[in-house]
Parts: sequence; C-alpha cells; structure tokens
Amino acid sequence: MASKVLQAYYNDDDVLMHAVKKVKAAKHHIEEVYCPFPVHGLDKAMGLAPTRIAITSFMYGCVGLAVAIIMMNFIMIKDWPQDIGGKPSFSYLQNMPAFVPIMFELTVFFAAHLMVITFYLRSRLWPFKKAENPDVRTTDDHFVMEIEIHGNEQRLRELLADTGAVEINIAEKNLH
Amino acid sequence: MYTISNRLKMASIIMMVVGALGIGWGFLAAPSTEAEAMEMIAAHDDGHGGGHGEEAAHEAAGEHEATAHDTEAESHTAEGEHAMSHETHVLHQLQNKPWAALYVAAFFFFMIALGVLAFYAIQRAAQAGWSPLLFRVMEGITAYIVPGGIIVFVILVLSVMHMNHLFVWMDADVVAHDKLLQGKAGFLNPTFFLVRAAIFLGGWILYREYSRKLSIQQDEATDNSNFKLNFRISAAFLVFYLITESMMSWDWIMSVDPHWFSTLFGWYIFASMFVSGITVIAMVTVYLKSKGHLENVNDSHIHDLAKFMFGISIFWTYLWFSQFMLIWYSNIPEEVTYYVTRIEDYKLPFFGMVAMNFLFPVLLLMNSDYKRINWFVILTGIVILAGHYMDIFNAIMPATVGDQWYIGIPELSAILFFAGLFIFWIFRALGTQPLQPKRNPFIEESKHFHY
Repeated sequence: MASKVLQAYYNDDDVLMHAVKKVKAAKHHIEEVYCPFPVHGLDKAMGLAPTRIAITSFMYGCVGLAVAIIMMNFIMIKDWPQDIGGKPSFSYLQNMPAFVPIMFELTVFFAAHLMVITFYLRSRLWPFKKAENPDVRTTDDHFVMEIEIHGNEQRLRELLADTGAVEINIAEKNLH
Repeated sequence: MYTISNRLKMASIIMMVVGALGIGWGFLAAPSTEAEAMEMIAAHDDGHGGGHGEEAAHEAAGEHEATAHDTEAESHTAEGEHAMSHETHVLHQLQNKPWAALYVAAFFFFMIALGVLAFYAIQRAAQAGWSPLLFRVMEGITAYIVPGGIIVFVILVLSVMHMNHLFVWMDADVVAHDKLLQGKAGFLNPTFFLVRAAIFLGGWILYREYSRKLSIQQDEATDNSNFKLNFRISAAFLVFYLITESMMSWDWIMSVDPHWFSTLFGWYIFASMFVSGITVIAMVTVYLKSKGHLENVNDSHIHDLAKFMFGISIFWTYLWFSQFMLIWYSNIPEEVTYYVTRIEDYKLPFFGMVAMNFLFPVLLLMNSDYKRINWFVILTGIVILAGHYMDIFNAIMPATVGDQWYIGIPELSAILFFAGLFIFWIFRALGTQPLQPKRNPFIEESKHFHY
C-alpha cells in the first residue's frame, strides 16, 4: 500500500534526539529514522522494543562452547589420542586445561560471527541489496525522520519545523 | 556534607575491638613447644576427621612430609643436610598461622585502597568525563593507603626482625644451605627489601596526598591549572605504579615461596586489587546513595562500575588460567610444585575462588539490566571481595602454614579488625570534604552521563 510520508531532515544528532522526543510526546508514530551513524538512546526515544540480539549471542556462545568440547573430544581423545608433554590423552577432563583456549576462542567466534549474521538478516541486509534510505545525504551528514501522514499534514509540518528540521519533504512510499 | 553516622562508627569500632581480641587470642593460642603442636593436631583431627587416632594423623602427615618438604622452601633441600623433624615443622607452621592470618587480611584491605588509587589515576590520566562525580568517593577510599600501608610495613619490619617466619629467605640459616637463595640474595635481602617497601609506599602515599590536595584546591580555583597538574602527575604516577606494583607483588607475596617465580605475577595481583577496588567503589557509592547523598550519581554510573567489575573479573580469570596452564603443561618441577601444593592441600579454597571470582560475577552481571540493580551489584560485590580475599589467602598460606590451614578465629578476626578499620577510616575521610567536586571541568558531563 503506497502512502504519503513526511520526511524531516536534521543535521545534528542532539537536535534529532530532541525532535524525536517532541514528536513522540505529541503522540505521532515515527516510521523510521535514517542516520549516518548510530545515535545512542535513539531506540529508547523512538519507543522501539528492546533488542533481543544479546540473547541470541548468548545462545550462539553456548553452541560454540559445545562444538569446541565435542570437536576436541573427537580429535584429541577418541580419534587420535597422543601423548603430548607426558600428558596422555585418555580422558577429556584430565586434559581439559589444554582445551580451554580452544573452548574460549570458539565460544567467542560463534557468538560474534553468528550475532553479526543474525543482525544483518534481521535488518534485511544482504549483498547487492538496493539501499532503503530515502536520500544519499543520510550516509553523510543528515538525519531523516519519517512520519506517515494521516490527513494531518499541516500540523505535522508545523511541529517538525518547530523541532529544528532543516528541510521537510513529502514522499510516496511503500511502507512494510 | 556527609558525616559518618553513629551506627556505622559504632559498628566499625566494635568490629575492630572484637577483631583485635580474636587476633590476640590467635597469638596466645599458638603452640610454643613441639608437644603442644602435636597435641593440637591430634585434637583437631579428632574433632573433624571423625575419630582418627594420633597414629593415623602421624602416618598421613608423614606421607605428606615427603612431598611437602620438597615444595616448601623451609625444607633444607641443599646437599642432604639435616632434615627438620616433622614435629618442628608443624610447630613452625602453627606459629606462623596467626601471623599469616594477620598479614593476609592487612594486605587484602591495603590492596583494595591501592587498587582504587590506580583506578582513580587512570580516570585522571584519561580525563574521563563520566567519573568526576565519583572522585571524592575514590579519594575517600584511598585515604586508607596511609594506615593500611603503615600496618603492612610494620608487619614486614617484624618479619625482618624474626618475630615470625613468613618469609623463609630472611632466615640466614636457610640461605646458608640453599644455593638458589644465595643467588637471589643480591635482591632478596632484608635491608633492600625494606628499602624497596619504603620507596613503594612513599611514592603511593605521596601521589595520593598530592592529588587529593589538588583536587580540593580545584574546587575554589579560578582556572584549571590544578586540574591540569593533576592530569600530569596522574600519568606519571601510573608509570611509577606499574613498576612498583609488580615489584611489590614479587616482594610481599611471591617471595614467600622464594624458589618459585612467575613472570605474570605482578599482573595477576594487579587484576585482583583492581577488581576489588572497583567493587568497593561501587559498594560505597551505592551505600552513600542509599543515605541520600551523591544526588547526581545515576544508574548509569553504577552500570559502568558494574561493567568494570564484570570485565576485570574475566581479566583476573584470564591471568589466573594463563599462569596455571603454562605451568601445568610444561610440568617443570620447580614451577609445578606451586600448584601441586595448592591442589593437594587447598583444593576447596583454590578452586572455590575461581567459582567466586569468575563464574559468579560472570553469570550475575552478564545481563545489562542487572548491572544497574543496586542490591545485585552489592551481592556480587560481596562474593567478589570474599573471592579475592581467598586469592591472597591461597597465595600466602601454602608457603607459610602448609597443610595446617583452616579459616578459624585468627583469620576471621583479622578480617573483622581490618574491615572495621577500613570502614572507619574511609567514611571518616569521606566526611571531611563535600562529596561532589565543584569545579572539575568535566562535572557537567558526569552529571549528564547516560548510557
């Protein structure tokens, strides 16, 4: 469904933060904010649900730890036990200190990489994807706040001009 | 202005008195003859071992002797000289016990203040914007460096005067029979040892007092010259501190096992004091806030301190494990004895401390939201502090009391006494100046600090 959105441009993240708070206080729904860099606290100000990526990260870490344990157990204990430094590999537990660095590294590796991949997928980002941002300036020095218009264009314009927007445009957009 | 409440003052004085009585009891109860020592062991075994007779105790202890005598530097390894009898050995260990208990607690509380001083100097040198609201809290805690440092120094002087046998290399008789100690005598001799201790303590106290003075002068100043000077001396202090802290850890802790050495020991002790110090900053801040002070300190400040508690706990574990794994893997006799003693005789405190210092804080403080729940931070803090007391305990006790350790009246009393002194001293110091610095150039940033 194509609908009309108002795009308010800002050139400072502090001004943007104040604007977002003001717009939220006036009970308007903000569709999206495009930023050249992450703005701290913006998600809370916009009223977005808290991220669950930390939970996925913890789970990926657990997977990595499990993979490391199973892998080292297979390689060093079951498949090809060796006597290294007078420490024969007959039992995983007795040789555990030697495997701790691997367990640690794989935990971190899984947690970090899978979390980033999850983040990309969740943000609908993949190679050769067409950019969604409405204006190339949002990759440089401008911030754009998008609000859907429901027949209240004039009032919205006044409100946004009041918040210190440097430019206000109207665009047709396929939301969702 | 904060003033120490009467209840806190009374509580700390009671802790000191009870602690002092317990410490005194510990010294009086230490055996003075071999027969008394053996009797104590027998009684102890009867009580706890479930009816082991004296013979069984002797047998077990005799078996232990073979391994322990190798590991403990007290043994006379050199050239088949007379071996000390088991009875004499146990007597020495039991006589050391109240001293070691006193020393561990004295050092532990001193190390907290020193860790806070390092944290404070880092904040100054980094010109951190989030922390100036906590500067007076940190300065209050570092006030303990003066009495705490003097007490530790006095214990070291008493060791040099042979009032106790915590440091076996101070015994000229032992050195005469020990090639390794003779080789180290150029560095590890009583005079130089005390000179070094005086230089370390002098430097730390000097920085603490000078920085505190500049910090207070800045409140009434018309420009930022005090602040800038404080920045410069803090950076210089950090260089001094890194070198002296490392040497202090060799001198005051590692040298109780004078044959053993580890090249990352300085870092390891640093991690312990740093995390304990940060934990105490968080606890004192939460306490003062609960009393209605520090109005401008918000959840984000607590959150940041908790992040440090979490991170430095992991850092400590990293060093603990790095030291352990290399020595375990290479299995060189003169190195590995350090861990053999600890795993044989100190299994519970040695591995228990890893649970307290690593597993507990990691699991409790992993969630971002929990880092700003005050009682959560306090609870984790108590466990971290207990865990790092155990760390120092594990570092000192095996070489000084061997398998005769237990956490009884002397140990708990020493903790009680120094905890009382610590609380009394830092809260008294906190009451001497306004809790919020007035003219720190970053104070506005700190007030609006928001995560």
